[in-house]
Amino acid sequence: MNDKPAILELRNVNKSFGPIDVLHDISLRVRAGEVLCLLGDNGAGKSTLIKTLAGVHKPTSGEILMDGQPVTFSGPSDAQGRGIATVHQFGGTFPLMSIGRSFFVGVEPTKGWGPFRIYDRKRANEIAVKAVRDFGITRIDDGDRLVGGLSGGERQSLAIARAVYFGARVLILDEPTAALGVKQASHVLRIVNEAKRRGLAVVFITHQVMHAMTVGDHFAVLIRGAIAADFRRGEKSREEITDLMAGGETMADLEAQVEGYMETHQGHPPPAKVLEGPAAQ
Amino acid sequence: MMDAIKSVLRRPEAGSILSLVGVVLFFVLFGGANLGTLVGAASWVNFAANLGIVAIPVGLLMISGELDISIGALIPAGSMTTAILAGYYGLPISVAIAGTLAVGVAVGLVNGLLTIRTSVPSLIITLATLVAMQGVVLSASVLLTGTASVALTAPDWAKFLFGQLIGGSHQVIIVWWVAFAAVIGFVLHKTRYGNWLFAMGGDKVSARNAGIPTNRMTIALFVLSAVSATFVGMCQAILFNSAQVSGGMNFIFNAIVSVVVGGVLLTGGFGSVLGIFVGTVTFAIVSQGIYFTQIDRNWSSLIIGVMLLMAVLMNQSFRDLALYFRPRRNRSLPREPANP
Repeated sequence: MNDKPAILELRNVNKSFGPIDVLHDISLRVRAGEVLCLLGDNGAGKSTLIKTLAGVHKPTSGEILMDGQPVTFSGPSDAQGRGIATVHQFGGTFPLMSIGRSFFVGVEPTKGWGPFRIYDRKRANEIAVKAVRDFGITRIDDGDRLVGGLSGGERQSLAIARAVYFGARVLILDEPTAALGVKQASHVLRIVNEAKRRGLAVVFITHQVMHAMTVGDHFAVLIRGAIAADFRRGEKSREEITDLMAGGETMADLEAQVEGYMETHQGHPPPAKVLEGPAAQ
Repeated sequence: MMDAIKSVLRRPEAGSILSLVGVVLFFVLFGGANLGTLVGAASWVNFAANLGIVAIPVGLLMISGELDISIGALIPAGSMTTAILAGYYGLPISVAIAGTLAVGVAVGLVNGLLTIRTSVPSLIITLATLVAMQGVVLSASVLLTGTASVALTAPDWAKFLFGQLIGGSHQVIIVWWVAFAAVIGFVLHKTRYGNWLFAMGGDKVSARNAGIPTNRMTIALFVLSAVSATFVGMCQAILFNSAQVSGGMNFIFNAIVSVVVGGVLLTGGFGSVLGIFVGTVTFAIVSQGIYFTQIDRNWSSLIIGVMLLMAVLMNQSFRDLALYFRPRRNRSLPREPANP
C-alpha cells in the first residue's frame, strides 16, 4: 500500500495570517484507498489545514502536489473541479430542499428544450436515491423527502454519496461523527470504509480517537499547527494517541496526580476541585 | 383521502389556503357577507392585482434570502415618470413606458450591486434607496414641472393594454398579474433557476460553491422587483390619467404580509408562487372585502394582524410536517437489515 503514489500531498506547507503562524511545516500524503486521520484538539489548526487542502486558503510557503504534480488552487471550486470534495459536519446545507433537488444543486438534470427546459425531478430523485442506497443507506427511498428531516448520519451519507457521484477522488470529512450518536456514527464510519474500498483517498478529521482507529490507515496528530506525530495503523495505542492530542504529557500527569492522591487517601479519588489548576499541587 | 389532505398540508401554500378559507367563512358567517357578491366584487381583485405584481418578486427575493422595501418609492416613481414624460413633455407613450421601466432597471441595479458588494443587509440598503427615491421623485417633479401632480392622456392602445376597465370594473392589470404569476411559478418550480433560488436562500456560500451565479441572480431579482413596482405605477398613471408623488408606502408592508401569509419563510429557502398568490388574495379580501360585511372597516387591520400571526404559526407546523414526513408504505415494511 505504501508503494501507491499519493493523490494529494503537502510538502513543507506553512500558513500564516499576518503575524500569526497557524501551520508550521506540514508534510502529508494521502493515497487512493487509504484513510488519513487528522487528529487534534480544538484550535490545533485542523480547520486551517482543511481549508488549505480544499483551496480556500493558499499556503504561505511550501507546495501542494496532486498525482505528483505541483498545483495551485485558485479557489474552492478549482479544488472541487480537480476532485477534492469537502463534507462538513452537518452534511447537507439546504435543510428545506428535497433530497433530489439538493443532490443536484447547480447541475440540475433537465428535459425539454429552449424556454421549456424543465428540471427533471423524477430522474434527479432516482439518481440521488440510488447513489445513497449504494452506500448501504437503504432507509432513504423517496427523493422528495426534505434533507432537514433526515438523521445526522443519513445527511452525512447523502453528502458523501453526492461527492462520490460527482467524481471526487479525495474526500475531506470535517468532523463527520462529532454531532452524532453511537449508532449514527457507526453508519458514517461504514460509509467511510465503503468510500475507501472504492479507491477514494479520505482525509478524516476528528478528535474522537476511537472513530479514527476504526477506519484509519494512517494517523497524523496536529498540535499548535505542527504535526506532532505521524504513524501507521497499529503503531500506537489509544491511550498514547489521546495523550498526544491533549498536548503530550498532560493526561499522564493528571493520572499520576489522581493515583498519588488515592494512595494517600485510602483509595478515594480526589474531589474535583483538588485537580483544578496549579494550586492543586 | 387522508393522505391527499396530508400531502396538501406539506406544501408551502397550505397555510395561505386555510387562511383564505377561514377569512371568507368568517366574513360570510359572522359578517353577513353574501358569498356571491364578495366573489364577484371588483374592488378586492383590483387591489390584489396591483399588490400581487409587487408581492411576487418580493417573495422571490425573500426565498433567496433578501428583502426589498424600495418598492414603496418606486410605485410613485413609475407613475410620475410616465406622467412627466408622456403628459408634461408630450413624448410618445412608448418612450414614457420605456423610460419608466428604465428607472426600475436603474434602481434595481443599484440595490443589487450594493447588496452583493457590501455586507450590509438588503433591508437597510433598500431602506436607503426607498428614502432616497422619495426625495428624487419629489424634487424632480417640482424641478421639472413645478407641481407634485401631473396629468396625462394615453392613446387607446396603451389604455387597452395597461389601463382599461374590463366590464367597466375590473382593471386590466389583473390579467398581467395572473400571467406574471403563471410565468414566475413555472420558472420557480419547474426550471433549474428556481432550484438555484431555493439553494441561495438555504445557504448562499454553499450555493456559490456549487457553481450557482449567486451575484447575477441577486441582481436580476432586485431588477425584477424594481421593474415590477414601476410597472404597477405606470399602469395606475395610465388608468387614472394622472400621477401623484405620494402613495405607495402601504405596498411595502402589504406585500411583506401577503408573502409571509403565503408561506414564504422570512429567512429564505422555502415558499411557493401559488402561496404568494393566495396570500395576496387573502390580504385583499380582508382589507377590501370587509366593506361587504356589517363589520366596521376599522377592524380590518386587527383581522390582518391576527391572520398574519395565525398563518405564520400554521406555516411553522406545516413546515415541520414537511420536514419529518416519510411515506407511509415504508412504515409497514419490516426494517431492512443494515448492510455491512
